[in-house]
Amino acid sequence: MTMALMLVVAACSSSESEETTTTVAAATETTVAAATETTVAAATETTQAPTETAPEAGELGAVTVAPGENIQIRSLQAISGDVAFLGVPNLRGTELAVVDYGPIKGHEVSIGTPLDDLCSSEGGQAAGQTIASDEQVVGTIGTSCSGAATAASPLISATGGVLISPSNTSPALTSDLEGNVGENYSPGYYRTAHNDLFQGQAVADFVFSELGLTTAAAIHDGDPYTNGLATAFKNAFEELGGEVVVFTAVNKGDTDMTGVLTEVAAGSPEILYYPIFMPEGGFIAQQAGGIAGLEDTVMIAADGLLTDNFMELPESAGTYFSGPNLDYGTNASEIGTTAADFLAAYEAEYGETPSAAFWAHSYDATVLLLSAIDAVAVELDDGSLFIDRKLLREALDATSGFGGIIGTLSCDEFGDCGAQRISVVFHEDPSDVETGKQNIVFEYSPIG
Amino acid sequence: MPAFCFTATQMTTTAATPTRTFKFSWTDSFLWAMRVMAIFVILWGFIGAIGLGLEGNGLSAEAWKQLIVSGVAQGSMYGLLALGYSMVYGVLGFINFAHGEVFMVGAMVGFFAADALFEAGLWEANFILSILIVLLVAMFTSTFTAVLIEKIAYQPLRNAPRLIPLITSIGISFFIQNAVQLLVGPAVKTYPAPPSWLSDPVNIFGLQISGTILLVVFLSAVSMVGLWLFVERSATGRAMRAVAEDKEIAALMGINVDKVIVMTFAVGGAMAGVAALLWALMFRSVSFITGFLPGIKAFTAAVLGGIGNIVGAMVGGLLLGLFESLGPNIILRGLSWQIPLALGIVLLAAGIATVVGGRTMKRNGIVVLGAAAIIMGLTGIAGITIVIPGLSQLKDVVGFTALVLVLIFRPAGLFGEQLGREDRA
Repeated sequence: MTMALMLVVAACSSSESEETTTTVAAATETTVAAATETTVAAATETTQAPTETAPEAGELGAVTVAPGENIQIRSLQAISGDVAFLGVPNLRGTELAVVDYGPIKGHEVSIGTPLDDLCSSEGGQAAGQTIASDEQVVGTIGTSCSGAATAASPLISATGGVLISPSNTSPALTSDLEGNVGENYSPGYYRTAHNDLFQGQAVADFVFSELGLTTAAAIHDGDPYTNGLATAFKNAFEELGGEVVVFTAVNKGDTDMTGVLTEVAAGSPEILYYPIFMPEGGFIAQQAGGIAGLEDTVMIAADGLLTDNFMELPESAGTYFSGPNLDYGTNASEIGTTAADFLAAYEAEYGETPSAAFWAHSYDATVLLLSAIDAVAVELDDGSLFIDRKLLREALDATSGFGGIIGTLSCDEFGDCGAQRISVVFHEDPSDVETGKQNIVFEYSPIG
Repeated sequence: MPAFCFTATQMTTTAATPTRTFKFSWTDSFLWAMRVMAIFVILWGFIGAIGLGLEGNGLSAEAWKQLIVSGVAQGSMYGLLALGYSMVYGVLGFINFAHGEVFMVGAMVGFFAADALFEAGLWEANFILSILIVLLVAMFTSTFTAVLIEKIAYQPLRNAPRLIPLITSIGISFFIQNAVQLLVGPAVKTYPAPPSWLSDPVNIFGLQISGTILLVVFLSAVSMVGLWLFVERSATGRAMRAVAEDKEIAALMGINVDKVIVMTFAVGGAMAGVAALLWALMFRSVSFITGFLPGIKAFTAAVLGGIGNIVGAMVGGLLLGLFESLGPNIILRGLSWQIPLALGIVLLAAGIATVVGGRTMKRNGIVVLGAAAIIMGLTGIAGITIVIPGLSQLKDVVGFTALVLVLIFRPAGLFGEQLGREDRA
């Protein structure tokens, strides 16, 4: 009940017209399912034959794509600055998905000029305003960074848009997994990435139960993502009965890690969890070997370092990685693409392998958006296309059993649509990165 | 001490003399309070670090040695880069913020050379030859980039107000970063590892130092001495100093000022190229963003040592490296040590005596010291300790605070501005 009230309050503050939608979303799960089933059914019925005149737009408004015009979606990723290694493959995942999906009911899909979230709330704010002020934009794939989504999601939500992120993992953007809405949740926000809390639990579980170790250290880099994940690990590990002896941080841009590693060594932990990025993560791995007291410490990194350039470092041998389960095998997207197809196309198009792990999430997010548009778009007699924003959200809310490269996508009521499969891999041979990425030693899948 | 004309620092420079007037001023009291607090924190940190060590809760001797060695290695790299900032400032009077990018471009092109050598097998077969090739490539690229920037961006602005080339340099910096990102992609590139005979630690003066770090320190020392000799002893170096002193008079004396300026950029670029190789040996990774932070740090080092001063840049770099690696562990960790009650009382008494003594002698420095001791005594009596989480994250804070303190006590940097003494803004 409190939750429903909170949502209504949140909705009122952004826009009066959203009140009904959110109250529906906040109702019990069965009602949501029932309600959305009918609306989606209704939507599919109406798409059977072209309608003569535009149907009345729902309370969130609608987009009408004129004959011969493109359907506008947007990509909002960190494509410049030091997190570009994450955002660029995400953008390319969207580009390839748009090409693979092809036109929707005779209209090409355009992502326009790729927008940059700068991996910061300022970037998210600026780009969110750009998107919100463009009435033709149906949906957006982004952001790369949770910090940017915190600013962009309310802006896009307020004008009835949808934002699907391939790589935001902050619990604040969706929910705490126990039915409490996150402080930065907005209706219209979805993601194919996992929720950090799962990963924190997975690592704690792996260290405590599987490796049987009880003292740990954790290093983050001050970023909301790494801080959130390190904290999630700390809480889960202490709940299991372990002790976190050193919990510290580095700065982005630091190169000399002797100081932080000395600090860690002083606490003599059995494992070191450092869910950070390149290049700082690389420096930690390279320099840890030279620090007295860390010789036997088990090193565990996270998905941020599950990249070729880290795993090719000789010093990365013997590192565990937690992250989304990247063993995609023959998982096929709803439009038939497998991971192998994607990677071949990626290499052919861009001349390199993806520099970060969330390309598949981005591809799936895009296919999810395009399929939802496809399902609710109504062709009019004059050749234009009518897309109702409320129906689009309802179609996304109702996502269940949707095929993706990352696994089966199902959206919960707070927009967590990811496969939520977390795995820990063990990397032995830096000359064989692909094997390392798939050498799963522990799997964690709370949803089943 | 050189005369400076803005009021705040004037008070600082006259502070030590007894002729100071006792007119109350907020700026004045603020600066005094800053000094007292700074001395208090440093004193507490140092004594605390020793205290923790005696109690057996501090870092091991091995850990301290590691910190010193890594501080020196990192610092010598800052020093090499700082030379580029200092020389350009000395000759042209503005900060070339694109210098970090000059360094990054050298490291980036050096990476492609190293990678090619590794693919060809030469990296393992003849490592010395390989790094010589990489060094030449990096130096050439950095020198070329620096001169190109000078020709395209700064030369047309030679007679513009000094702020204009400063802003231009920031623009150039962003331009190069993004151009490199578009050319080579955003991923971090990793240099091939040096052979184990180099990277294995060797025992020198009881310190376990990896050969790589020794090589880094050795190469930077050689380059710095070489540069110093060049500036002090060669004809071109003399011309540079003359241009730094006064461009117009130098031109009247028959010096080709433009040529000297290009030369300055070239030498600064070459030093950045050496730094790029050292970076490659030590950190082995480069991306388009690599130049930004070392650039800022090197600029800081240049200011710390006294901008425009070559020896200052080198010493400033070393000191900044040491501050960063030792500072958090000495000063900040020391704050978690509880000052024993007895020591607190002694400090309080000694502090009061010192303040009284200082006032009768009219020696303000002694009063400051006494005031710091009083605060420290009170802290001990109250039993206050400060435990700072995430110490290492604060190393930049320590580095920049050290800079601020040095500038409060010595506004022109440790060694003063030297290369040129024309009017400063």
